[in-house]
Amino acid sequence: MSASKQDLESQQLNGAEIILKALAEQGVSHVFGYPGGAVLPIYDELFQQEEIQHVLVRHEQGATHAAEGYARSTGKCGVVLVTSGPGATNAVTGLTDALLDSIPMVCISGQVPTPLIGSDAFQECDTVGITRPCTKHNYLVKSVDDLARIIHEAFYVATSGRPGPVVIDVPKDVQFATGEYLGKENIAHKTYVPKMDGDAVAIEAAIDLMANAKKPVFYTGGGVINAGPHASELLRELVELTDFPITSTLMGLGAYPASGKNWLGMLGMHGTYEANLAMHDCDLMICVGARFDDRITGRLDAFSPNSKKIHIDIDRTSINKIVKVDVPIVGDCGHVLEAMVKEWKKRNPSVDKLALKKWFDQIDVWKARQCLAYKDNSDVIMPQFAIETLQARTENKDTYFTTEVGQHQMWAAQYLKFEQPNRWMTSGGLGTMGYGLPAAVGVQVAHPNSLVIDISGDASFMMNMQEMATAMQHGLPIKVFILNNQYMGMVRQWQQLLHGNRLSETYTEALPDFVDLAKAFGATGMRCSKPDELAGAIDEMIDIDGPVIFDCRVANLANCFPMIPSGAPHNEMLLDDEVNDENIGDAIGVDGKSLV
Amino acid sequence: MTQEEKVNQPASAYFIEENTEKIEQHTLSVVVDNEPGVLARVIGLFSGRGYNIEQLTVSETMHMRHISRITIVTSGTPAVLEQIRAQLERIVPVHSVLDLTVEGDAIERELALVKVAGSGDNRVEALRLAEAFRARVVDASSASFVFEITGKSRKVNQFIELMKPLGLIEVVRTGISAISRGPEAMKV
Repeated sequence: MSASKQDLESQQLNGAEIILKALAEQGVSHVFGYPGGAVLPIYDELFQQEEIQHVLVRHEQGATHAAEGYARSTGKCGVVLVTSGPGATNAVTGLTDALLDSIPMVCISGQVPTPLIGSDAFQECDTVGITRPCTKHNYLVKSVDDLARIIHEAFYVATSGRPGPVVIDVPKDVQFATGEYLGKENIAHKTYVPKMDGDAVAIEAAIDLMANAKKPVFYTGGGVINAGPHASELLRELVELTDFPITSTLMGLGAYPASGKNWLGMLGMHGTYEANLAMHDCDLMICVGARFDDRITGRLDAFSPNSKKIHIDIDRTSINKIVKVDVPIVGDCGHVLEAMVKEWKKRNPSVDKLALKKWFDQIDVWKARQCLAYKDNSDVIMPQFAIETLQARTENKDTYFTTEVGQHQMWAAQYLKFEQPNRWMTSGGLGTMGYGLPAAVGVQVAHPNSLVIDISGDASFMMNMQEMATAMQHGLPIKVFILNNQYMGMVRQWQQLLHGNRLSETYTEALPDFVDLAKAFGATGMRCSKPDELAGAIDEMIDIDGPVIFDCRVANLANCFPMIPSGAPHNEMLLDDEVNDENIGDAIGVDGKSLV
Repeated sequence: MTQEEKVNQPASAYFIEENTEKIEQHTLSVVVDNEPGVLARVIGLFSGRGYNIEQLTVSETMHMRHISRITIVTSGTPAVLEQIRAQLERIVPVHSVLDLTVEGDAIERELALVKVAGSGDNRVEALRLAEAFRARVVDASSASFVFEITGKSRKVNQFIELMKPLGLIEVVRTGISAISRGPEAMKV
């Protein structure tokens, strides 16, 4: 009797202790955060334990992107800890980014004490109100007795089904109050039970279509990566079994290896000629874990007009949202792919080999167009050449890449060769400039001995460059490789396409000296502007045991092709060697100009 | 010139395509956990994604289990209505969603309180019409009545229309509550 009472008493903890204990029970080893008044009790508790390491960032947005990088490179849930008011509002961009790219994240925010809520107290904001539309779910913890349950529930919601960010807002008095701890095994969610297995009838219908396809194509996305490495293996197996060509979205790169013989490259606005034409001309599209984003489809009424479409997605809202499909399958990509592989093997269908041969011959004709060719230059580093060189020098290394957003991001997606999932961290849905540097911090925390490179642009870098201090403090040897063209290149490219080459505010005047800037942070700064020196300089960068800012001076006016101009279908692409001053101005029609 | 060009421009992902699908009005019943913010989630979904809310009724229906029922009347094309339903089901504290219009023949009722002020013939006529509509007098003064009327929205509309020339002062309406016919209950 007394023993059990003692047990009960030993489970009485204060709110801050409950938070740390619950995080530890969830297997959390790293938290990205920034202290402040409303989270002092939690930070005090952090100070007195060793199980969980805290990574001090320099801005809360940095914490959220670092957690995203951590999550995307490990498959685990990223954890963020911020204070009330500005701490929480600074996290909003990263939360939205994680929502759009389906990244599992739990963000704990401090809140003013419960009695002060609603009084416009110092550093008070309506965190759950502000974050409601940019999270998968959020909680305001009003009683310490709910705290442990809510934390375990938050991890469950963040990581199950289609992953996403979850905010837990904890008022300061709840952090001090004493309550009971509940282990995660005691938690069962009442309402949220995602469907993992696909409908068997639908899977059979899909296999029927696949067995009879003459011009099939796999179109895969981030859902395959989110379903874990096993899903990527199953995808590779299914591609091998069927011998169909495969393309992927920006978020899905690495699920199928770039060296695979069926690989077409990325599709979409800056995708390859062969991938986009295969999508346009196919008679069967097998969409696995992608969501028909506008960067993929282009002009909708001309999107793959003659194909049957199979759509596998864990989120029912993705199905028939943009494009009507013939066979919808709601379920986890891994589970569904497993069932499809099994069914295909069981049936061992006799495919139309002749038709498939003709289809691949056609694809070879498109490939021969060499859409990623560019005019090389022996005086100036072409940005494409820079990425190709980076790829060549890192090929056999244990490398992770992150990017910011813009031209450099698209070049990285086009010219890097991803062989494995979880090696590529980029902001796809929200397109957040300033994502890559903090994301690299998160990746390096998770993989301290790997090579982590943030491919950056001069403008994007400056959006979150304060995180260099984070890398220095925590001994994270990230390499920031800036394709410096002194422009916000992608915005400029659109001004050239849409606005008569009037470059409104896209020239980055007064850029800092990036080499001196690196020194100011205590990091190593490097600069290279000669094509023949680049490979050596990259090798040197890789060998430096510490953070590096690499100022790679590239051709200022290079643009990113191929490109599907907005308002155009897949088969009307602009290719690098076709673009001249005249047609670049006419590429987008009047209505296309209003698009983003 | 630009006008003509516009007409000939292709449609795109972003263009508001000419809608040939018919707009339908549907009644959705949504079972939710009665927790703080759940209504804001539902309403935020509609405003954030540009859907319509025509009517909205919310109340706790199972006190011990903290369950509320939300009745929403919304309108859109069949594709939009399918999206709305899927989006609602995705909200974490939502237990289940039932499209009562698809189920067919659901019972829909609404309550209104109607204040009418007047004297003489108008007053007599208002009272006579209230009787015909089975509206109850819930407050009376020498110069006014408050009627309580329950029924389908169409009946309530009709009653209000008739009261207008008779001295209608103000109206409050609950929005509809709806339930399916037959022995089955909604999944909780």
